[in-house]
Amino acid sequence: MDSGVALLTIFILSIFVGFEVVSKVSTVLHTPLMSGANAIHGIVLVGAILVTGSADSPLTIILGLIAIVLATINLVGGFVVTDRMLEMFKAKKPAKPSADEEAKK
Amino acid sequence: MTSLLASAEPTSTPVWAQLVDLFVAVCFVLALKGLSGPKTARNGNLLGAFGALVAVVVLFFSTPGMKNLPLILAAILIGLIVAFPIARRVKMTSMPQLVALFNGVGGGAAALVSIIEFLTAGESESKGILAATVFTVIVGSVSFTGSILTFLKLQEAITTRPIVIPGGQYITSLVGIGTLVAGVALVISPTNGLLAVLIVLSALLGILLVLPVGGADVPIIISLLNAFTGLSVAASGYVLGNVLLIVAGTLVGASGTLLTREMAKAMGRPLTNTMFGAFTATAVSAKAGGGEDRPVKSAGPEDVAIMLGYANKVIIVPGYGLAVAQAQHTIRELVDLLTAKGIEVDYAIHPVAGRMPGHMNVLLAEANVPYEQLKEMDEINPEFASTDVVMVVGANDVVNPAAKSDPSAPIYGMPILDVSDAQQVVFLKRSMRPGFAGIENELLFDPKTTLLFGDAKDTLTKVVSAVKNM
Repeated sequence: MDSGVALLTIFILSIFVGFEVVSKVSTVLHTPLMSGANAIHGIVLVGAILVTGSADSPLTIILGLIAIVLATINLVGGFVVTDRMLEMFKAKKPAKPSADEEAKK
Repeated sequence: MTSLLASAEPTSTPVWAQLVDLFVAVCFVLALKGLSGPKTARNGNLLGAFGALVAVVVLFFSTPGMKNLPLILAAILIGLIVAFPIARRVKMTSMPQLVALFNGVGGGAAALVSIIEFLTAGESESKGILAATVFTVIVGSVSFTGSILTFLKLQEAITTRPIVIPGGQYITSLVGIGTLVAGVALVISPTNGLLAVLIVLSALLGILLVLPVGGADVPIIISLLNAFTGLSVAASGYVLGNVLLIVAGTLVGASGTLLTREMAKAMGRPLTNTMFGAFTATAVSAKAGGGEDRPVKSAGPEDVAIMLGYANKVIIVPGYGLAVAQAQHTIRELVDLLTAKGIEVDYAIHPVAGRMPGHMNVLLAEANVPYEQLKEMDEINPEFASTDVVMVVGANDVVNPAAKSDPSAPIYGMPILDVSDAQQVVFLKRSMRPGFAGIENELLFDPKTTLLFGDAKDTLTKVVSAVKNM
């Protein structure tokens, strides 16, 4: 298969996976889910490192380093803040186990 | 067809590293899956973080002849030093703007990646790659400036109300068309000058699109821009021929789009209204100004304590104001006292209470409020009719009957908590200032409504001690 077509195939299939995976989420989890998804696209850091790793001119190197800083902030900050949100959901769970919570979902 | 889609980058990545990328992609899918359920959410997030760590570490070992290595490591370190303390220390009330900020910088990074690739390989790229580059630059830049502006709005560094420029929709349309034209031109004749024009126009477009979005619609915009960033990351992955970026970006793009639609539905707002509603809503604030001198009924903390103490059933409606005053713990103390007296107490949680869907649940969880006392809107609405006292603490728009009765109100159509069905309503407010959406609330002037002015924490503390003395 042509590599461009292969990438397009991956793209289209990922759309369906993305829809499928979050199809039933309670409003309670909208904020953490958004925040977690936000962290995941911070993986653009990989791209930023790749282009900076092959950059030659001062301009592209500087732009690349800015991209790395920004992407790292997105990636690290995103996962940390999501974990903090979810930590709180967890903390109160032991107080009373949640049979009716499960029924609501 | 094939020449259009041909990827310019022959991948020099070794097979084992490609397999690692596949593993990371699976981690991301499972992370999103985990984040969709309350029990698995935290592990899901950790799995995502683990996957990202693996991907980045492996990258350094699988890329032969990487240049600028010390600089790259230094840049990562700077990013860490900036992000970690902010994310760790931010108050939960300010979290929505932080998510907006993180999202914006991600969009900026994606745009930069494509820009650099263009500057390096420019003219030699295939049309398919150029089109993906244009897409990344437009969407990434829109997401960057749009998110920064959203951040400033939520931070209340600039007004939270819709900002409507006269003739704004024409300017926006013109800039939008200009952006598309510049994008097409860039694909046909790839020059650095055109790229610069495209960047400027896209950045401007992001600002113009978010400026007229006001108040309660801001969270939906964050979610939408989040999906945008995902798509631009996916497109940058296509430019680089990197499968992991395509998968991760597309996952976020798709799930973010779905999530945005869900949120818009929870607020009863079709997405098009969110983005373009403000263009037509200019007249509202002028009209609402008229009623401010009307009499309201206010009371002291002792009166409110008596109302609560002799009720059989009480419902608390917490809002963003509660969180700002850091009164979550005080309200829980009050609820515990009332429950000990045999009074039935529940919290009514509007889907968008706080500044984001689910935000209030996070804030109350922080104060150890038991999950089963939190009732969602559909569940609690029929209960108001049999309730003696509803106490609204620092909320306004989510109980504003204008959402049902006044078609000209910007929040018209948003489902609300039917607090006016209860026997008595107590509002704890700092002032008569309208809510985040900037709309007057008729319910404040209703004869069954009592107002208790002051900082939510101070007044609640007084109510608590008054209840104790009863």
